[in-house]
Amino acid sequence: MTSIEEYGKYETAWCPGCGNFGILKSLKQALVACELEPHQVLLVSGIGQAAKTPHYLKANVFNGLHGRSLPVAIGAKLANPELTVIAESGDGCMYGEGGNHFLAALRRNLNLTILAHDNRVYGLTKGQASPTSEQGFVTKTQPHGAFAAPFNPVAVAVTMGASFVARSYAGMPEHLAGLIVQAIKHRGTALVDILQPCVSFNKVNTYQWYKKHCYELAEDHDPADHVLALRTAMEFGERIPLGVIYKKEGPIFEDQFAVLKNGPLARQEVSREGLRQIMQGYI
Amino acid sequence: MPLDIHLLIGGEAGQGLVTIGQLLSKALVRAGYEIFVSQSYHSRIRGGHNTFSIRLGGGPFFAPRESIDILVALNAETVELHRGQLTDQALLIADSDFAPDLPGTISVPFAELGPEHLWNTVALGLLGRILDLPSASLHQALEAMLGKKHPETLVENSEIMEKSRVWAAAHVPKHGFTLAGGAPATDRLLLNGNQAIALGALAGGLKFCAFYPMTPATSIVLELIAHAEVMGCVFEQAEDEIAAINMAIGAAYAGAPSMVATSGGGFALMAEGVSLAAMTETPVLVAVAQRPGPATGMPTRTEQGDLEFVLHAGHGEFPRAIFAPGSIEECYHLTQKALAMAEQAQSPVFLLTDQFLADSSRPVVPFDAAAIVPVVAGVEPSAVPTPYQRYRLTANGLSPRLLPGMSTHLVVADSDEHDEDGHISEDHGVRIAMVDKRLRKMEILKQEAIAPELAGEKGADLLLVCWGSSQGPVLEAVADLRGQGRNVASLHFSQVWPLVPAQFVDILQASGNVVCVEGNATGQFARLIQRETGFAMPSRIARYDGLPFTARYILNRLAAVEGKA
Repeated sequence: MTSIEEYGKYETAWCPGCGNFGILKSLKQALVACELEPHQVLLVSGIGQAAKTPHYLKANVFNGLHGRSLPVAIGAKLANPELTVIAESGDGCMYGEGGNHFLAALRRNLNLTILAHDNRVYGLTKGQASPTSEQGFVTKTQPHGAFAAPFNPVAVAVTMGASFVARSYAGMPEHLAGLIVQAIKHRGTALVDILQPCVSFNKVNTYQWYKKHCYELAEDHDPADHVLALRTAMEFGERIPLGVIYKKEGPIFEDQFAVLKNGPLARQEVSREGLRQIMQGYI
Repeated sequence: MPLDIHLLIGGEAGQGLVTIGQLLSKALVRAGYEIFVSQSYHSRIRGGHNTFSIRLGGGPFFAPRESIDILVALNAETVELHRGQLTDQALLIADSDFAPDLPGTISVPFAELGPEHLWNTVALGLLGRILDLPSASLHQALEAMLGKKHPETLVENSEIMEKSRVWAAAHVPKHGFTLAGGAPATDRLLLNGNQAIALGALAGGLKFCAFYPMTPATSIVLELIAHAEVMGCVFEQAEDEIAAINMAIGAAYAGAPSMVATSGGGFALMAEGVSLAAMTETPVLVAVAQRPGPATGMPTRTEQGDLEFVLHAGHGEFPRAIFAPGSIEECYHLTQKALAMAEQAQSPVFLLTDQFLADSSRPVVPFDAAAIVPVVAGVEPSAVPTPYQRYRLTANGLSPRLLPGMSTHLVVADSDEHDEDGHISEDHGVRIAMVDKRLRKMEILKQEAIAPELAGEKGADLLLVCWGSSQGPVLEAVADLRGQGRNVASLHFSQVWPLVPAQFVDILQASGNVVCVEGNATGQFARLIQRETGFAMPSRIARYDGLPFTARYILNRLAAVEGKA
């Protein structure tokens, strides 16, 4: 049995009251609930305040470049399918700089988890609009208010038939931990979009705001119903549904490579006989 | 003079030039000929003017030739474009509809011999007779190519080939080509540069490849994928080149020897990934097959114009190595070496080739599959000091590389400046220590650097300096000059970074005139040599029209260069 203490305690670079604290706590709880040891877990992140999360718990870590957590996570998972791989970054990293990787990752459906800290603002660069900022959101770089329509990651993921799409909220750590457990256990790419207040730069979407607008999906919500899931995913404004919005079982990307059934590629011998026969083909 | 015949088949894309070219090449190799195959094509699927060139005879040949001995014109345009290259004794094989009134022209009633979509097979039958190839070897090659995919067309093709052969026997004077001396071994592998790179990668232990298609690099990946299942190699076509290199880095971090393959424009997108590999000290092999730039440039043509780009790509200061194979054999061996160096130095390592080398084929003596030494990723977990630190400061700059999930040690890698544990650090002392640690690995790369190859004697009157794919044409030009009684040598660099001046500067200084032969407009390698050694090569021969060097091109330019001097 693992314990939450095994995942360690670190000093962070986050503002007091940051939503990241709740997410970090939920992540540790979820890993313990999944009975994973730190060395079995790989956290891959990009750049941003959310992307620092992997530095604040014990695990294998690859803290890469802005926007690029997913391709690194995919490469690592394909090299060692035994690792529990979690790509964790913010909305700017996952949906902005890494938007193309996000779409491609959902289509590929590898067995990995995406945790997107979605505070709807750029924190590390001090308060510019993000892809999920509300229209009219005023910042120093969007003085007339953000003009572009916000990206709805959950609706996009459901539309694309991603195999596990969920939304939670940093202010509800038990709910979030429960969803992360389900995401890790899901066989396929699992997206958890995590709404998160930014106490320093987002004065609109505050703890109070989320408390007012978020609601938990009823127990009879059927995540297998694609049309219902899409309608649910489109609901974002006055009321914001939390929970597993869409889920389906099916083949995963790794299934197409027989060699991955044998475990990490690093342990596979190079076949000299195979190479010899391949060369014969060029005579 | 040993036999040296240049056969050129020309036509539109879609006329099946490559199919007959390849069939003929295989049959020629089996018949004991030395050959050198090069292709010229436009960036389109149908139409355009394409050629398939086979130089054959006693060789070995390492470069294409400009003058043509046998021209097969599948369309009228081929006649117009290439009649000026025909030698005095040349044969010109063309359809009676457009056969010109030139000596040596064989006017062939193609339509009587086969339907238009199989004129390539007609040409194959004609050439089989003209080159006196055993009928059985051509049928064997035809069967190998069509038998599996299109068995229903095999009979028709065989019949047309035979009919055309019989026609040629009756209408074409026997040319009388025979091999000088004994026939070489016939169990040779017919490989182009990209195929040799793919085989070298598999031999070197490659387990992962990510890519975004880009000419002329794509065929490296095609070849890898064809053999991936047998070799246990995982691959993925990424959404873009940025994703490709990041995937390769992720896979390499987790223990799979990895590579990406691209050309200039795709490599531009990979630049941040190169920097990431350097900072996280993750081994990755980047194959860059050059084509003329800037921007889209000439997608199907050749150039050596990205040396400085590859040398400097990626922000920040860090060590790297760049290999530049000059032959099919070097493509195979240096790819293995590059994979090994990437792992050994925990650094990005480059393989710099170009369209010319990528698409040129030659028969080579089979490589010994039993003798390969595949890369082993990371070190034994039991061998590392505890507590484990991914970026432990060491005398040679190498920190113990463990693989995540393969032991209870945690492997923390970071693109930020980091401490020995791998966690973010903004401490200026840590910064200096880590920069110095990474740069110390340059010494490892220097110790392993391949010395340039001197062909000829030190102190020659004339030294031709070249790198990468220019080797073959330069060697042929040197042979020609020696034949004229001149004292000439060549110096070929198959590794262009890091340079170790002690390996070669005395050769430069001891030579009479020194001429740098490189396929770009500005003399990038000549400038690099000067920067690293202080030696300024007095003359240059440049080519940047999109075509590869030939001996003739070099000799013509040399006359101009020497005339000036």
